[in-house]
Parts: sequence; structure tokens; C-alpha cells
Amino acid sequence: MALLQKIYQGGTRYPLVGGFLKYAKEENNMYDVVIIGAGVSGSSIARELSRYNANVCVLEKCDDVCEGTTKANSAIVHAGFDAAEGSLMAKLNVRGNEMMDQLCKDLDVPFKRNGSMVVCIHKEALPGLQELYDRGVKNGVKGLKILSREEVLEMEPNLSDNVEGALYAPTGGIICPFKLNIAMAENANVNGVEFRFNTEVEAINKGEDGLWHLRTNNGEYVSKYVVNAAGVYADKFHNMVSAKKIHIKPRRGDYCLLDKEAGTHVSHTIFPQPTKLGKGVLVTPTVHGNLLVGPTAIDIENKEGVNTTGEGINDLIAKANDHVKNLPLRKVITSFAGLRAHEDGHEFIIGEVEDAPAFIDCAGIESPGLSASPAIGEMVAEILKDKMGLTPKNNWVGTRKDILNPADLSLEERNELIKKNPAYGNIICRCESISEGEIIDAIHRPLGARTLDGVKRRTRAGMGRCQAGFCSPKTMEIIHRELGLPYEEITKSGGRSNIVMERTKNQKGGNQ
Amino acid sequence: MVNYDIVIVGGGPAGLAAAVSARNAGVEKILILERDKELGGILNQCIHNGFGLHTFKEELTGPEYAYRFIEKVLEAKIEYKLNTMVMDISEDRVVTAMSREDGMYQIKAGAVILAMGCRERPRGALNIPGYRPAGIFSAGTAQRLVNIEGYMPGREVVILGSGDIGLIMARRMTLEGAKVKVVAELMPYSGGLKRNIVQCLDDFGIPLKLSHTVVDIEGKEHLTAVTIAQVDNHGKPIPGTEERYTCDTLLLSCGLIPENELSRNAGVEMNPITSGPIVNESLETNIPGVFACGNVLHVHDLVDYVSEEADRAGLNAAKFIKGELVESKGDDIEIVATEGARYTVPSTIDLDRMDDKLTVRFRVGAVYKDSYVSVYFDDERVMHNKKRIMAPGEMEQVILLKSKLEEKPGLKKITVKIENE
Repeated sequence: MALLQKIYQGGTRYPLVGGFLKYAKEENNMYDVVIIGAGVSGSSIARELSRYNANVCVLEKCDDVCEGTTKANSAIVHAGFDAAEGSLMAKLNVRGNEMMDQLCKDLDVPFKRNGSMVVCIHKEALPGLQELYDRGVKNGVKGLKILSREEVLEMEPNLSDNVEGALYAPTGGIICPFKLNIAMAENANVNGVEFRFNTEVEAINKGEDGLWHLRTNNGEYVSKYVVNAAGVYADKFHNMVSAKKIHIKPRRGDYCLLDKEAGTHVSHTIFPQPTKLGKGVLVTPTVHGNLLVGPTAIDIENKEGVNTTGEGINDLIAKANDHVKNLPLRKVITSFAGLRAHEDGHEFIIGEVEDAPAFIDCAGIESPGLSASPAIGEMVAEILKDKMGLTPKNNWVGTRKDILNPADLSLEERNELIKKNPAYGNIICRCESISEGEIIDAIHRPLGARTLDGVKRRTRAGMGRCQAGFCSPKTMEIIHRELGLPYEEITKSGGRSNIVMERTKNQKGGNQ
Repeated sequence: MVNYDIVIVGGGPAGLAAAVSARNAGVEKILILERDKELGGILNQCIHNGFGLHTFKEELTGPEYAYRFIEKVLEAKIEYKLNTMVMDISEDRVVTAMSREDGMYQIKAGAVILAMGCRERPRGALNIPGYRPAGIFSAGTAQRLVNIEGYMPGREVVILGSGDIGLIMARRMTLEGAKVKVVAELMPYSGGLKRNIVQCLDDFGIPLKLSHTVVDIEGKEHLTAVTIAQVDNHGKPIPGTEERYTCDTLLLSCGLIPENELSRNAGVEMNPITSGPIVNESLETNIPGVFACGNVLHVHDLVDYVSEEADRAGLNAAKFIKGELVESKGDDIEIVATEGARYTVPSTIDLDRMDDKLTVRFRVGAVYKDSYVSVYFDDERVMHNKKRIMAPGEMEQVILLKSKLEEKPGLKKITVKIENE
């Protein structure tokens, strides 16, 4: 409606372009760069671009950042020995890994170099470890070492009795992908990048004005440059502007997440030896202290197909048991599936599209996309800087503080905090010990949470062993109060994911 | 650090009854710590009737039952703190608690009574395949939304699991105008009380499908349908038996888990069957002076038994404070559950500390018809009680007499089992 009003008030009318009416050039819908997608790639690019003087906007079809591939993956930072020598994947993985310490320090994101191991359980497969080692060395991975059976078992006593040896990569790490994504987006936003949520790009056309015109469900956006960081949908947008088609076939991965009680079953990230389909089912502690088992690798057509299947989970458990013994699978607290944006060529596609100048692809970002994300942002920003002649901002702020975690404070400090803000004394999520103060912070900070999942990914409230059974009504009450949202409009994760439908009979009667 | 004789963690039915009994036994400084904004615990959202038939010989609603005990706590001027979360209990009984008003503080407790209750098993722990949309609730969360917050989760409902809360919610949602299409239960028997099946399902024509489970969940954003299928003897779905139900709400009532994170951190030893502490005849855990009662100890089906158990825990904690609980000599009699009996509470008996009568509660692992509950003192069968029907959903008990145990000097082991004849 706002759009129509603008038109009647004399908004500039655009000529017919590409078969549909282009209108309503609004000042605020005109950008130097539009980034499609607020996942970890899009947000990293946004943050890197925010260093420069440019009007940048991120369009995201979901209600929040981190709603696609970034929210469901192995949550690890790969060392970089796996990708083919000389590939962009290898280069950006190793570079991303190197950047991670400083970035996570700057953005206050939980990251730990716990080291990873590729475990060999068949004697005849031992040469495979050497191959990986050689490839890693060529890729520039530091500190690689091949361990004997005894050395491995000494470091990881819960590995299978069949262990023959392992490749050890001390630079492998574990990270919170939600927090990395959220932190990069938040920081970009503080530095001037706009984010438009619930905004789905429907068509992209080059106008006669030489600009990109993006039609969305929320009006038209016009931009000099477009960055396509749309995850599993990146092929769709690429193919709208280019005659040279690409094809992304989502590769589904099922995972099981185990209770923190199982979190020390292994201390390193344990991989099997890789196969054609990928790096296989890993077992790893998470940076928050749970144990994660997964993923499967099942190629599907449905880009929204994040359903787990019984066969998937069974397969996953069988494979995990090959390498790690006595996995306490009774301690599973949730299972989920994520989609890797696997492009047919199995390589990151990053750069200006040949037959579509000013359209920059960031496509095929499957594993090790999370690890590479800092380097992806750097690379795309570099491309745009050169093309657009961008100049650095004077007042760019490269650091941010995460939501305060009272658990890190001493008793005295905590009491001081509660005295100042009593909400920090009120525990909402008992499993993860998350206070009301943290949830309020999550709601009111830049690009704050508006949904239960938004609160969960920012604070971990609802992420523990009871899986939000206890805290969801309480969190709803806080969202209702802080955002003035009626209960019926509070969602799990935007769209039609409403939690409650209507008042009970009794309450309806009382209110009318 | 402040000092209390007894600190009770949890102000639900167990905590309240324990507090009252400890006060009646003469303990002055008692403190109840409750995380919710009122005393009463989960009973506050159980607005249906049927509580208190054993204790008060009348049918009360949950809040009414709770209030009978809250009144006694108020009358006795027992101290309590609301909106207070216990963050930690140490092995030497230092309780760390936190609230908006008081901040974070520590209490040195002469004795601690664990009365934290239990929580529901979430979807994730059930490994149900499918999407993860909105519209899936544990039955108790839905109960809170409907009865406390006054909101309906949806209109077309499927329920997985036939635990009591699920059965109660089938009726509650129906009364609110929702259509409950089916209750599926993985096991060949219900996990709930017979009377709830009759009053909450049968009376409303809601089908209960035993040996069925959910094999698929549809809906990217909000739940749109679930598929259930029959399972074989190993709980595996049988291909070809799938039935799809369109629905917007899936309630889960698939078991309750005693909430023992604090107990574990304190070093309390757990029974893997009950997921509750291992306790002796005094309901005392392996940590002297730390007692447990109610659903944190083992999941009960009737609140009356919770109150009764908590009464004993309160009394024994009082004895401990007064130094009347004699120190164990380490020659405890072991109680073993076997052949159909899954566990017993308590697990050991110290004859010197045993009351004249001791109620030993247990659950069976399957449905037994016309079978016998047998008790053996070492190898000698001393009890053989015929029961027309026993089911996992209903708690069983045997009563041991101290005089009988004393007749058997040197008794090492008491065995509880189910026998056909």
C-alpha cells in the first residue's frame, strides 16, 4: 500500500522494461550494490563492503539472517587439505581459516581451534592419508601430521578399535555459524548496510538506464551492481541474467545433535576418509559443548527440502559408529537437515558474470563455504572496489561485542549487573541458563531478533536439552512485550510459522 | 553466605509437602526456592480434576490440590523465594540461587531436598523424521499455552504418545473446539492411566492407535500433515501401513525425564532406569544430607504418592538436621528389581534407620494380566500378591515391615519381581 501511495503522490514512473511495469523509483530503493541473500556469504560480503563509501543493501527472503545453508551445517572451520589443489575452494578455505582468529576476536564470535583428524580404519586405505597430507601441504595448510594408531588412540580414546592411523590438522576448528553470520550482518548494518527481510527477488533485468532492476514482493530495487549470494537459489538468479547456465543441486545433509553430557566424547573433529560425495559423516564437539554427528549426503531437487528421513538418520548413525565407538546416541536432543549449494562443477563460482557485467556471482558455496566465508567477503569486496573505484570510509568500525554472557562473570560482577539491570537475574532458558536480559538485548540490538528462532540463534535460549519446551512461552511473552507483537503474530521463524492461532474460548469471551 | 537448616529446591507438590513435614518435625529455618512466579509447580496448569482422591478423599483440580499445601506453608510461615532459579548445588550443600530482586547468592544448607520435578521428552529426542515447522509442541507446553496463557496452538490435532498429559490435552483441546484426530502410541500399551484413556479419549470418540508412530512431518513453515504407521515388535515402522493426517498441531506426550542437572553437578549418583537419584530407605542420596522426592526422583502418575513420598523426605531431612539419622554402617540391604519390575525406589535399606513400615514403589516393563508381585528375602519368597492387571503407566508398590526384615538376620538382598504363578 505504501508503494501505491507513493505512486499517486508522484513517484517517478519507469518505462516498461522486460515485460512488466517498472515504477516507483524511490530514493531509498536505489543502491550502488544489492546483495541477494543474508547468509554467511552475503553477510560477509556486506561487512567487507561496509568498509567503503557505497550504498549497499542486502535483500533476504526470510525473516532473519542465517535462515538457509548457514543455519544447518557442521559448524566447523576446515583446515583446507581436502579441496583440490589450485582450486578456488582450496585457496579461500585456507585464507578463510587464517582470517578466522582475528575476525572472531573482532566480532566476538565463539571459535576454537580444536584440531581435526581424518581417521583411517582400513590398512589398505592408509596411502589415502598421505595423499591428503600432500594435497594439504600444497594447499598451504600448516602443521599437518600423520599419526600412528597409537598416537591417535592416545589423543582420542573413543575412536574405533579398527583405527590404523590418522591425518591430524591442528588448524581445524569449531565455530558457531549462527553467531558468525549474525555478527557479520550486525557489524555491516552498524556501518551503514541496509537489510531488507521478507524480500524475495522475483526477477532481475538490466534497464535502459544501464542499472539492474530487481523486482521483489516488496517493490522494486535498482542497483548499479548485484551480488548473487543466494545459496541453493544462486543458480536461479544467475540464470536470470546469463546465457551460460549453472545448476545447483541441493545436497541434503542430516545431522544429530547430542546433549552437552556427550560433548566430550571426542575432543577433535573426527572425519572418515573422504569419498566422491564429500568429506563423509563427522563426529565433532561443537563450540558450545554439544556433540554433533553428520552429515549424510543425499542429492535432491527440492531447494526447500530440509526434512530429515528415517533412512538418512539410520545411515548417519551407522557411519558414525564406524569410526567412533560407544556413541551415546540416547543423548540425541535434536536432528535436522541442511542443504549444501552443490554446483555441478563442484567449485566456488565467484566473480563477475561474463555476459552480465556488474552482476557478481557468489555461487556454489558448499563446504567449505563457512570456513571460507571471511575470504569470500574479502574477495568479492575487492572485485567491487576495483570495478567501482570505492574509497574507504573514515569512520568504519570493525569490531562489535556479542550479547553479554553473564556466565562469564564472577559472582560479584554478576550481582553488579543484576543490580543495574534486574532482567539479568531472571533465567528464562533453564537448560542453557539464558537470562531475560540477554533475550532483551538480542531483540533490541541492530538487526535484532523478532522470532523464537531469532532469539535462539542469538542467545541459545531454546537450544538446550528440552528444546524450548520450557522457555518458549516465556520468550513469547518477552517478544510480545518488547516488540508489541500480538501473541498470534509471533512466529518460530517468520512466514506462516505462527506458534499460536487464537485465544481460547474463555479468553475470547473475556476480551469481547 | 546465609544459613538455613533445610533448603528445598522446587515449590511444586513435592517441595511443598516436604517443607510442611519438616516444619511439623520441628525444623525452624526452612527455605523453598521456586523458579516460577507462584508456588504449586506444574499443578497450576493442571486445571482438570481428579487430584487428591487418596490424600483428601475428594476430587480436586490441580491448583486446588496445590493450594491445600500452599495454605499449610503459609500458615507455618515457611520462607519461600519465587522467581528464583537455583544455579548450582555443591557437594557440601552450598546452594547458589539467583533472582531479579536478590541477584546471585549462596546459601549454606544443613540439608537439601531435591524437588525439581521433571520435564517432557522433546521431539528431537524421539528422532521423528520430517520437517521442523511450527505447530509441534510437547503436551505440557501446549497445556501451559492453553490453560495459563489462554491461547490455542491450532485446530486440527494429532497426538503422539499416550502419556497422561497427552491424554488430558486431547480432552482439553476438544473442549476448546479443536478436532483431535488420533492418538498414536509406539508401545502396544498406553503410557497413561486407564481412567484417563476412558475419560479423555473414549468419551470423546478419539481413536487410540497402539503400536503406531509418526514417520513423517510435513510443512516447511507451519505443520500441515503428519503420517503415522504401525510398528513391528522392534518398534520399526511397517511399510504399507502409513496413514496421513492433515493437521496444524502435533502434541508429543512421549515420556517424562526427571530434571537432575543440578543433582548430577552436585555428584549425586543416578539410576539409569529412572533417571533419578539412587536413594536409600530415607530417600537420601549418596551425598549425606541431600534427599530427593517427587518426580525428580522417579516419575509418578498420582500426585498423592508424590505428597506421601515428600512427607517422608521432609521428615528424614529433619532427622538429619537433628542428628537423629544414624550413620550407615555400610551393611545396607540391597533391593533388586528384576523379571518385569524395572526399578524400585528406594534401592537400599539400612535396617537401623528403617521405619516400622516402608513403601517400596516400582513400575513394570510391560502389561501383565493375572500375575503376581513377588518379594524374595535372599532366596526365600516372602510375598506373592496376585494382581488382575499391571501396566507400565501405573505405579506399583509393596510394603515391607521392619519386623519381618528383623526376623532374617544377615539378610543381604530383597528382590522384587513379577511372576506368572
